[in-house]
Amino acid sequence: MPRVSQTKPAAFNEMGTPDSVRAAYAEIDRWLRSTPREMLDRKRREAELLFRRIGITFAVYGEGGDPERLIPFDLIPRIIARAEWERLSVGLRQRVRALNAFLADVYGPQEIIRAGRIPRELVLENEGYRAEMVGVVPPGGVFTQIAGIDMVRTGADDFYVLEDNCRTPSGVSYMMENREAMLRLFPKLCARHKIAPVGRYPEELLATLKAVAPARAGDDPTVVILTPGPYNSAYYEHCFLADEMGIEVVEGADLFVQDRIVYMRTTAGPKRVDVIYRRIDDEFLDPEVFRADSLVGVPGLMAAYRAGNVSLANAPGAGIADDKAIYPYVPEMVRFYLGEEPLLANVPTYLCERDDERKYVLAHLDQLVVKLAKGSGGYGMLIGPHATQEQRLEFRARILARPGDYIAQPTLALSTCPTIAEQGIAPRHVDLRPFVLSGKDIRIVPGGLTRVALKEGSLVVNSSQGGGTKDTWVLEDDGPEAGTSQSASQVAG
Amino acid sequence: MLSSTADNLFWAARYTERAGNVARGIGVASRMAAVSARLGDEVGEWRALLTATGGDGSFHRKYPAPSGDAVVHWLVFDHDNPSGILPCFEAARQNGRAVRTALTVDMWEALNDGWTHLRQLTPDAVEGEALPEFLGWVRDRVTLFNGAAQETMLRTEAWRFVRLGTMLERADNTARLLDVRHQLFEPDAAEAVDYVQLQAVLRSVSALRSYQWIYRDRLAAPKIAELMILRPELPRGLAACLGQVSAMLDAIAEGQGGRRGECHRQAGLLAAELRYGRIDDILAEGLHAFLTRTIARTAELGAAIEDFYIRH
Repeated sequence: MPRVSQTKPAAFNEMGTPDSVRAAYAEIDRWLRSTPREMLDRKRREAELLFRRIGITFAVYGEGGDPERLIPFDLIPRIIARAEWERLSVGLRQRVRALNAFLADVYGPQEIIRAGRIPRELVLENEGYRAEMVGVVPPGGVFTQIAGIDMVRTGADDFYVLEDNCRTPSGVSYMMENREAMLRLFPKLCARHKIAPVGRYPEELLATLKAVAPARAGDDPTVVILTPGPYNSAYYEHCFLADEMGIEVVEGADLFVQDRIVYMRTTAGPKRVDVIYRRIDDEFLDPEVFRADSLVGVPGLMAAYRAGNVSLANAPGAGIADDKAIYPYVPEMVRFYLGEEPLLANVPTYLCERDDERKYVLAHLDQLVVKLAKGSGGYGMLIGPHATQEQRLEFRARILARPGDYIAQPTLALSTCPTIAEQGIAPRHVDLRPFVLSGKDIRIVPGGLTRVALKEGSLVVNSSQGGGTKDTWVLEDDGPEAGTSQSASQVAG
Repeated sequence: MLSSTADNLFWAARYTERAGNVARGIGVASRMAAVSARLGDEVGEWRALLTATGGDGSFHRKYPAPSGDAVVHWLVFDHDNPSGILPCFEAARQNGRAVRTALTVDMWEALNDGWTHLRQLTPDAVEGEALPEFLGWVRDRVTLFNGAAQETMLRTEAWRFVRLGTMLERADNTARLLDVRHQLFEPDAAEAVDYVQLQAVLRSVSALRSYQWIYRDRLAAPKIAELMILRPELPRGLAACLGQVSAMLDAIAEGQGGRRGECHRQAGLLAAELRYGRIDDILAEGLHAFLTRTIARTAELGAAIEDFYIRH
């Protein structure tokens, strides 16, 4: 059986090649060789039952059929060696520090604009920019307490940031549930690795949220998670995190504001709220300030926030930092605010708004990925090399009609990991979303959410587009007794 | 606890209980219609049931006459009837879904499975000879829900709000089912009362046998009234239900360090009046007047509970 076959010669297989398995994957390689397919199929059904019982579903809208779907879970873990993770995490810390500094700056002195390092109109006229936030200094100066940084890999040492998510990144419940599933399904395989645990995430999150509470709240601030409600695609995650942290999950109607103080309605009377981990988009937060038709927000919330009586995580307006048109400037932010060279690379990005860059994009549509500057979830995207001539023509017309809406990037040969496919185990493209928590300090639980494009050759990992997930193992050593013949014989015996 | 969580638990329990009581009411009416055909007044039974469930106005706007089939359809399927069995299950499930983590798995399954089954039913499943089996099934589902709550819920505030909803709704329903036949209890009606009708009153609260256990005597209207209103032993009786309501409110107040309000006063007063009341006094006032007042006070208490704990 062609266990490791190349879909595209250029793609870097994180496991290595059949002749030369990379050290971190040595044990996985032995495990795959010795595990019959029937066993994997049985475990796969077991995993599905497990996820269904927990009710960890993802809502897919606009396609008809059952909107409550399971995200496919691939049993083969994605391994990251300690040295790789250390490099990554240093880079992630640096990047998120710069993003927070940028946010504090654009809603404050705007030095980066005055220094001419980023065009004024790109920031101030951006849809993600909230004029309501000008002059607001949140506790600790932190705007994006929870950031999800989407990383891709193209080679042994080549990591790129694909996009930053500074608003309400989701997926962390999968990071935790995937690990739970693996520990239950393959306890022995897990025991043969020194896997850095992820179970502390809720604790770290709660510590981060408490750290950004208003000073007057004291040592034990009241923290809640604000959800749009049961029809939101990530509702499961909101309840999961609330349960894990032992805090209330509230909807807008559970909160009210009086004299610029936020209360939740409890059976024991109004209870003051200090920190709101909100999983509602900016526009819906407060009908008095943003969209007046919002039914999920809290009237008066922004006034309470501006008065410093409640903390919001993430801060309104944090989205300016993850805008796709701002993205090309993040390396510049690192240099400007931190005086350091960026450790994580950006993917080269062309803004279709600019005449010369648009010309280049239109001339190279067959090589580029074109994205909506404001889109998410893999919708409205053109993957040039995989597109038909017709699709390319359609995008050409769209770009010409609204150039400001589009950006383009070269098609990266995303790395692959061994994945269970119809015909056997085959390489599939993956990305990685680590979650970076910023409170008094920066905390990162080792790992993140690995998303995998299950279709052969596909580069789209979004769960709304047929992507799946894998458990992500950051090893606490450089591999399971890397490559020694002794360990191989132990397993064989 | 969040007020909205308490609200959802309270109403999930109320709607579930209401569905069960509507099924009881239909069962008795259908039985009475069968035996009173000889008196030529089967329509009277269905009309009385409509009055008891509080929907006769909306019914008459939609249906030409209160025939058995029309009333059953109205009380089981019709979405314009907030006390219908299907709409009740739907509302209870909706409430339960909103607080999925506050319900135990067993409670959720009782609601969800019941609703799933109900919504697939076709009208013929409740027509003619199929009706008694259907009504038995509804009562089973409600018993399952109550049993699941009883056996699987932590005895915290969540449990108390569920219990509060069940008991308040049950008190209201018992009063209504009794009120339908208040004429049997008028002082001058004693001689003419049909034995079958007295049985029907007891059947509506599953108390025919209980009567015998307590009184060991032939059915008599004043004793039936006493059993259903004042005897604390009868679990669907007013004294037991409103006593439980008061006890639950007290337990909630204790849990909150003694915080009390208007609802506690009203519940305590109602429970005390039933506990220390005399049936002769009630019958002298007139049963209909008493029950009308009790139904109104129960509704007022429900509103006071919501004012104090939920919509403050």
